[in-house]
This record gives sequence, structure tokens and C-alpha cells, in this order.
Amino acid sequence: MEVGQMQRRLVDYTKSLFMEGFLDGQFLQLQQLQDESNPDFVVEVVSLFFDDSEKLLNDLTMALDQPNVDFKKVDAHVHQLKGSSSSIGAQRVKNACIAFRNFCEEQNIEACLRCLQQVKQEYYLVKNKLETLFRLEQQIVAAGGSIPLMEMGL
Amino acid sequence: MTVERAISEPKDQFPIGMRVLAVDDDPTCLLLLETLLRRCQYNVTTTSQAITALKLLRENKNKFDLVISDVHMPDMDGFKLLEHVGLEMDLPVIMLSANGDTKLVMKGITHGACDYLLKPVRIEELQNIWQHVVRRKKFDRKDGDNSGSQDKPHIDNGGAAGMGGVDQNGKLNKKRKDQNEDEDEEHDENGHDNEDPSTQKKPRVVWSVELHRKFVAAVNQLGIDTEAVPKKILELMNVEKLTRENVASHLQKYRLYLKRISCVANQQANMAAALGSADSNYLRMGPLNGLGTFHTLAGSDQLHNAALRSFPPSGVLGRLNTPAGLGMRGLPSPGMIQLGHVQNSGNTSNDQSKLQSFVIPGNHNANTLQGMPMSLELDQLQNNKGVSHIGELPTAANTTVFPVSGSLMDARISGCSNNPLLGVTSNSLMLEGSSQQTTLHPSNLRDSVSTMGFQNGNTLSDFTSIATASNQLQCSKADLQCQASPTSCNAGQIIRSAPPEWNAPYHSNVMCCSINSSIPVNGAMVPLGQCLDQNNPNFHRNMDLDSIAPSNFVDPISLKRSEGFNSAMEPAVIQKEGYFQPRPQGGYNVGSLEDLASAMMKEGPDTRKLADGDFGCNGYSHRTCI
Repeated sequence: MEVGQMQRRLVDYTKSLFMEGFLDGQFLQLQQLQDESNPDFVVEVVSLFFDDSEKLLNDLTMALDQPNVDFKKVDAHVHQLKGSSSSIGAQRVKNACIAFRNFCEEQNIEACLRCLQQVKQEYYLVKNKLETLFRLEQQIVAAGGSIPLMEMGL
Repeated sequence: MTVERAISEPKDQFPIGMRVLAVDDDPTCLLLLETLLRRCQYNVTTTSQAITALKLLRENKNKFDLVISDVHMPDMDGFKLLEHVGLEMDLPVIMLSANGDTKLVMKGITHGACDYLLKPVRIEELQNIWQHVVRRKKFDRKDGDNSGSQDKPHIDNGGAAGMGGVDQNGKLNKKRKDQNEDEDEEHDENGHDNEDPSTQKKPRVVWSVELHRKFVAAVNQLGIDTEAVPKKILELMNVEKLTRENVASHLQKYRLYLKRISCVANQQANMAAALGSADSNYLRMGPLNGLGTFHTLAGSDQLHNAALRSFPPSGVLGRLNTPAGLGMRGLPSPGMIQLGHVQNSGNTSNDQSKLQSFVIPGNHNANTLQGMPMSLELDQLQNNKGVSHIGELPTAANTTVFPVSGSLMDARISGCSNNPLLGVTSNSLMLEGSSQQTTLHPSNLRDSVSTMGFQNGNTLSDFTSIATASNQLQCSKADLQCQASPTSCNAGQIIRSAPPEWNAPYHSNVMCCSINSSIPVNGAMVPLGQCLDQNNPNFHRNMDLDSIAPSNFVDPISLKRSEGFNSAMEPAVIQKEGYFQPRPQGGYNVGSLEDLASAMMKEGPDTRKLADGDFGCNGYSHRTCI
């Protein structure tokens, strides 16, 4: 596939992610922060997000698995996940976290467990999507092309 | 930019090169923040730990111009860090959080943040943060230039960022100016300024936690509104190398802080009052059941105002104050300390625990109550309830008044032998829990109520009402430091027929807000009468502290609670202490209060067993009182 084609594919793919709500404007901000002095910024931040989130999700699973659930702790974790997901633009994860927090407040274990499942699902989905995106970018760069910047008027 | 010289470091290209310290435990956010700040051409240092941040700041005061910190951090609450920085280093601090709740933002402001940003943070917002630095510097410089001497009223930069008088800070500035004029002798340029335009360059005094604690203790001992003049404070503190000017400047800041807290607290109290959650737990409490939940929350508001005035802010003070520091004259259990801060700010937590130590004993206060059996309940309550309040409070923007439930009781008792409960109940109720559901209230209420009831045979119901009222009680007295607003007595219902004697001054939530020195609880009961009127908000106002039971109401327990509370304060908060059961955050239902009240009434005097606690709220030995 030639570079132009790959670039188009990348653009379309990225657009679809926005349309489907996986990503929001914040992700664009991340891309704009990337420049020559900081060429891998997006990948770096997103990787950090992945690592951190996996930890948080594990902690959450454990916390909800206790006989006496400490909702304060659960809420703290969810709050953090909400913060980091919103920082990179992972919109659906963030929304799932918001719903999760509400149930934490109500101390509804069943609902919390369901929410956790939901959050995990969204997380893995967006992770998958972003990894595909990065792969596409790498291919373009490897082929000598440049990454097209997304337009704001998405 | 008018920031030029007078500063050791050249800042010709300001804001380029502005030195920012960024603190956030979330690595993703921290990296993003760092990158954004670098993009704005600032000089960025990052750390994921608040403790490290403080260390960095303390090592070299002049190394940073601005601090940006997340609110939720595992090692230390963002608000606490904020307070520390404000008091010790006087640097502008910007708070950052994914949670944009009004209460939280309010809390940030009252703790002295100069701005509050929401995550995800955008570069546009960061591009303008340098204004906070300029404002502060300008303000200082202007001061120095004008006076040219050290005697010029010292502008207190602490806390309120807006030196420039811009937006809401303007008012604060004005207030400060007024204050300055009033307290002329206290305005001395001390080493707190970063840049010292005058020729004299004093070494900057670091107001460490211990030092501040001493300061607060001295202030409380002297009386924040009356005798606390720098000279005397200095003498009491007895610290080497501390000058009167240092103390004066710090005192000014402290006063402002208190003011801030009280404003917020009042609001909180109101909110708290509204909360009233029905908590069957309270009912359980033993004889006090009748009390119902004291949703003193509302009271806290008021208490705050009253109490705050001279009351060392628990929040901030929280850290410093420790129970001893509270010196609350009668401050009822620490719970009361509306410290608003307590809730979230880490500082408060310190206090709370401390406070708790004193306050809680409240149950034992029985003594003052003279035979009030309530102590029993109180004990229970204290554990459960008292704390609960606090927990909840945290979320509430600062002012949550802690319902020191348990402690209140005790506290109360001490002042009035007859007034038993009045004083007491109010304290616990303090819960302000502005949105928090302070579940404690019920317990507090109970305690307080019972105490109240005991005394003259007043039915507990009276108390409850009073208690609720107490919320509002905010010790109308100016001195009332105890914000202890009676635990959400809001239930109001409880207050049925206020015993005649209560009509008196008790109004204020008994909570005893630190009724100045030794709240003479006696007679405090009177206000209850008024309170009984159903959540009579009047109570609060009139808290006749004299009669009110020891202001110690503040429930240390509640305070404790606050400690760990972060904005998310869930009702389960108090878990730590094992105090009451976590309540759903819904706050209290007023309805339950009624039940409690009636239950209480039935209980009659038997429930009164007041614990012989130290009620003696006098002077501030809260510890004993409780």
C-alpha cells in the first residue's frame, strides 16, 4: 500500500474513533502537543495511561471482591481513572467511570460490579483502537510518509 | 508584566521561565501537565507526591513561583498541601481536579487557592496562570514601596490570591486593608515576603506545623478576638528568634483564614441542616434514640460564622491545632470545628484526630450535665456518630461543622449543669456535612439531645430540636468558635416544645462552638427552647454561649472523620472510628429525627446518664470537657 493510501486510511480510522465516541477533543490536544522536540508524546502519554489503568482496574477488582467493600477506596480509584481517561480523551471510559462513581456513592455492590465490567470493556476497546492507530502511524512513518494531522472540524 | 527587580532572580522575560512546581499522583495527568507547561515556556518541576513537593518548597523558598496541585492524592490531601504552602511559603497555588463540584471549588478557594482548574486541563488555561504570580508580587511590592518601612500594613498574601484586588479577591483585599488599618501594630513586614523591596531583608520565617500549632495554642489561650496581640502571643509561644513582626503577620493571615472558613462554614451549615438523614442507626443509640439524627448540618453553617471568627479554623488549623491548639475555649469537641477543612484537607484530619481525643470523651461529659445519663449514649454516639460527621464533612466545602456528636455531649454537660443537653447536642450536630450525609447526626443528636433532655427533665425531644437547631446554632456569639452546630438537628421536628429554660440563649446550636472560654453551658439550655421551635434557625444566632454547654461540642470524632475524607466522602466515612455505621450519603432525614425525638422523650431521664466526662468545657481544655 502506498503512503498516500495509508495516510487516508489513518485519517478515516481516526475519524471513526471520534464519531463513535471513543475519543474526544482532548486527544486532538495531545496530538497538537507533539512536535519535533517531543515526537513521541502521544504514544508516551497513552502508554502511561494504559499502565496506570491496568493497575487501577486490578485494584478495583480486588477492592470490590472484599467481604466488606471500602467504597471510599473504590471511589478514589474510579476518580483517578476518570481523571486520567479524560486527560487523554478516552471519552467512553470516562463516561463509564462517571456512572461507576454514582453507584459507589450509593454503595450498591451489584451495580458497581456491573460498572466495573463496563469500564473494563470500554478500556480494552479503546486500548485496542489506539494500538491499531499507532500501528497505522508507524507503518506510514516506516514507509517514509508523515502523519497527517487531524483537522478540528472533524 | 510589572514584575521586575526587587526580586533576586531576573525575570525579564516573565512569564517565560516562570518556575512551576506540579504535583499530581496520576502519572498520565502529570506528564500531560508537564508537557503543557513546557509548551507555555515555563520552567517545570514535577513530583507525584505531596510530601516531596513540600520538601522541595521548604528547601528553597525562592525556587518556585507557583504551585499546581491535584486535589486527590494518596499521601496528603491537596487542600492540606495548599494550606501548608499558603501559610509557610506564601506562594500562589492552583488546584487541579477532575471533579468540578462547586463545594470542592469553594473549598479550594477558602483554603487559599488562587485558582481551580478542571481536568483535563487545557493549554489556554495554563497560558494565563502567571497572572497569579504577578498579582501577588505586585501587591507586595506596592506595599513595600509605599511605606518604605516595616510598619506599613502588611498585606496578607496568604490564602487569597488576588492581591491585585481583581475579581473576588478584591473584596478580600479590601478587607485586608481594613484589617490592616485596624491592626496597625500587627502589620509588619516580616520575612514572609519573597521579595523584600525594603532594604531590610529579614530571614524568612518558616511556619512549620509545630510552630503554627504553638501559635494557635497561644492565640486560643489568649482569645482570638480579645487578647491575642502579637506581643503576648510571642511571649506565650516562647520561641527563639521569632519576632513580633513575624507573629503579627502570621496572625493576620490566620484571622483571614478564619474568616474565610466561617463564611464557608455557614453555607455548609445551612446545607448540612438541610440534610437531615434519617438514620435508624441513631435511633439505636440507646436512650438517645429519641434524638433522631441531628442533622446539624445546617447548624454548622452558622456556627461557622460565629465560630469562625475567632475560631481557629479547624481546617487549617487542623493541622496545626491539634486539640491542644484548639484552645477552644469551650470549643466543643473538635467535631465542631467546622473546619471545613477538616474534611478534606489533610490538615484537618490531624486535628480531628486530635480533637477527637478530646472531644470524644464527650460522652463522659456527663459531669456537667449533672446527672445526665446521657453519657452512655454519648459514648456510643461519639464513637459512631461523632465521627461520622466529620467524614462527611469533607466533601462539603470546608465548613462542615463537625457534628461532634459524641463529644458534644460531654462538652455540653460541662457548662451547664442544668442545661444539659443544650450545649451538648448542639455540638454533635454540627455536622455540617453539607451534602454529606452526615450520618452522624443522629448519633450526635442523640447524644446531645439526651444530654439536654436530662437536665431538667426536658424531653429529649427538645434537644433534638435544639440539636437541630444547634446546627444552626452556630453560636451566634461571635466568639462561638464552636461551630458545633448541633448535629443536624435539622430534623427540627424534634424540637418540640422547648423547655422554657431553653429559650434562652441557647439558640445557637449549642454546638458550642468554641464558646469563648468555657462556655458556660449552663443556662445554655435555654436557647434550646428556642431551638425547639423547630429547627429554628434562630437558634443559631443567638447562641448564648454562656448558657450553652461547653462548646466543646465539637466532636473530635467528627473531626476524625473528616480526616480521611476526600471529596468523595462517603457516608461510610467514619468507619475508622468505628463510629456509626456508614450512612448512605443522603444525609439525614428529618423524619427520623422526629422518631428519635419521640423515642427520646419516652426515654426520659433515664437515658440521661451523663458520663462523667470532663465536661468542663471551660477554657479550652476541651479535652477535659469531653
